[in-house]
Amino acid sequence: MRWLADVRVRLRPGIADPEGQTITGGLHALGFQSVEEVRSGKLLRITFTAADHAAAEEAVAGMSRRLLANPVMEAADWELRAEAEPEEGEIA
Amino acid sequence: MSATPRVAVIVFPGTWSDRDFLHVAGVLGWQARAVWHAETELGDVDAVVLPGGFAHGDYLRTGAIARFSPVMAAVSAFADAGGPVIGSCNGFQILCEAGMLPGALLRNDHLEFRCDWQWLRIERAIGPWLAADELAPGDVVRLPISHGEGRYYADDDTLDELEREGRVVMRYAESSGAVTPDANPNGSLRGIAGIVNPAGNVLGLMPHPERASEAEVGGTDGLRLLRSLERWLAAQPATAERLS
Repeated sequence: MRWLADVRVRLRPGIADPEGQTITGGLHALGFQSVEEVRSGKLLRITFTAADHAAAEEAVAGMSRRLLANPVMEAADWELRAEAEPEEGEIA
Repeated sequence: MSATPRVAVIVFPGTWSDRDFLHVAGVLGWQARAVWHAETELGDVDAVVLPGGFAHGDYLRTGAIARFSPVMAAVSAFADAGGPVIGSCNGFQILCEAGMLPGALLRNDHLEFRCDWQWLRIERAIGPWLAADELAPGDVVRLPISHGEGRYYADDDTLDELEREGRVVMRYAESSGAVTPDANPNGSLRGIAGIVNPAGNVLGLMPHPERASEAEVGGTDGLRLLRSLERWLAAQPATAERLS
């Protein structure tokens, strides 16, 4: 079955994020004074097939560990969901 | 060991400093050859250059995709056997992603791409690229930098280990040699501009020695690293005889 994984890659806590700091400044300039911090990151939406949820989870974990995030400075987490199967007769 | 260095200059899609390295190698009379990233053999070479640029568009992270190029297995094996490898700029980023050097290079702290001449203090003369006859600790050299992602990062334990083992070989400095925050062009931790692997044969540095190897372009300090390789290679037969 087909799966969708939204993998979020973020800098580990404590690592300077100048992009996030710059965005924070931009939000302050627009009047959003209550913004305390912005941390930037990446969102990667991955479509793939796996036999079941456990296999899909294992696959995403492997992708994240081996390529999507560099453990030196990044951490990844993800949301995984099965892509809805089209109803019989429905055009996917 | 041949008298003339035979060097493989690795070319990924998006590499841009390969021509400069090949040009300087030609000026020095070296036998240099461009090796496309899809090749699996380096040939019979004495040293490997990973030049600057934007390998594979720097997609995902700098160096993240280059690590999987077929040629990298050969580069890694060459390095493991003690062969001299230099990674400059994007080449440094690739060496870190490939796990051949520790740490990572992150976005410059000011977010700007910085292209400038930079003073650097040599911290250690070790290995084929930093021969004591050409460079000594405390020497201040001037080399170009050209990068948007050169902020060296590693965790504190790794940084302490690098310092303890004398593997930090150059730091961003003032012209006086003082390592100060103002001299640091990208926010690198501890002002680190270049490091080596434990054996010293793999050097990663953000500056571009190939762009400072002819007086016509404004400086020749880069030649000191390339002359170091010549000296190191020339010394190899003697070393082999001593060991045999």
